Amino acid sequence: MKDLLKHDLMKRRDLLKLAGVGVAVFVSGTPIRAAGSQQKKNDSFYFVQLSDTHWGFTGPNINPDSQGTLKKAVAAVNALDEQPDFVVFTGDLTQTTDDRKIRRDRMAEFRDIVTQLKVKTVRFMPGEHDASLDRGEAYQEFFGDLHYTFDHNGVHFIALDNVSDPTAAVGDKQLQWLQADLKQMKTDARVVVLTHRPLFDLAPDWDWATRDGDAVIDTLLKHPNVTVLYGHIHQEHHHMTGHIAHHAARSLMWALPEPGSVPKKAQIPWNVSEPYKGLGFRNVEAEVAEARYKIEEFSVAGRS
Amino acid sequence: MNMKKLVAYVRVAVSAGLLLELMTMNSAAQDSRRIEQVIRISASSFEFKPSEITVKKGIPVTLEIVSQDHHHGFRLSEFHLRADIQPGVTQKIRFVPDKTGTFNFLCDVFCGEGHEEMSGTLAVVE
Repeated sequence: MKDLLKHDLMKRRDLLKLAGVGVAVFVSGTPIRAAGSQQKKNDSFYFVQLSDTHWGFTGPNINPDSQGTLKKAVAAVNALDEQPDFVVFTGDLTQTTDDRKIRRDRMAEFRDIVTQLKVKTVRFMPGEHDASLDRGEAYQEFFGDLHYTFDHNGVHFIALDNVSDPTAAVGDKQLQWLQADLKQMKTDARVVVLTHRPLFDLAPDWDWATRDGDAVIDTLLKHPNVTVLYGHIHQEHHHMTGHIAHHAARSLMWALPEPGSVPKKAQIPWNVSEPYKGLGFRNVEAEVAEARYKIEEFSVAGRS
Repeated sequence: MNMKKLVAYVRVAVSAGLLLELMTMNSAAQDSRRIEQVIRISASSFEFKPSEITVKKGIPVTLEIVSQDHHHGFRLSEFHLRADIQPGVTQKIRFVPDKTGTFNFLCDVFCGEGHEEMSGTLAVVE
């Protein structure tokens, strides 16, 4: 772990600001919370988002450390000088398989690994690799509900399932559930939606969309303080639909190219000179009163 | 001109007219076939056959897609086309390609381990 910290500390540190979004995005190479975030406000808290771990994937040209990357990420989270309030995995916990037994084996192995997290509150969500082939049957055996809500320090979190339907739809039933849930909330409630696929049409040709995402966004737009965190696209990405900010997280298995940057979507090969490039996780610090979220991106670099 | 000759001329003219009409109808039928490009596509895990299709710009296209195994999807965003492809049901998609180029289509219903490879290209030429 010392080697990992040393390696990361040498990485560059950038600060980007999303104008008008109220979100600061830090790109950081060190798994130590930023100095600014140490001056934590009374009403603020932070959590960690990990995504697209694809446990069970093998591909030496894509990630020769496919058996070690998730474990390194778990160790890096455990090494944070202040532990997050909770950790959330936004889908594609496992690599898809047509074999029902292997699917469950992978889920069990994944669960065993993340049990090593020091943080006791860990939230899970399915990705299409976990849930699309059996409509979430195996996923629910291991990780519980496909969609749910929870509240934490004044923020209402909604985990939305846009994967267990293989057509990438949220569906009318869940949409009604979402509308009923939001109806109970004050209009200006602080809401964070956690989901796997982008809710907007980021790149439908690359399967980067939710079929009925417009209906979900229309529902969310009625509330002024909504932020969406998602995965699926294996890269950091920030987008606005009206006043709603959507932030995609990086993967912990392979990176993907920017939407539309190449004719056909393909995994980015492993770069020997820059191992783990494009992989990582993020800290999200919620400043509840301001309905503002500071995102710090962390790489997962180290020796295999 | 006597009456016999007149009748003979009329007969020839009518026959020629009928012949011309028949030829025109035949030609129209041929045009009708020519103006619709019908492409039959088989979808199965995890490929479209054929996966490379070429059509002519401006001439209507009908894609007739059928799944050989289970539920697949077909999305060709460039022409705002998508359809669910169910086994045993021929899904017909009609459109007129109004621009040239090579465009990707894909299965947008998650169908298994090889789902992300299930795609193809449509080339539209002059």
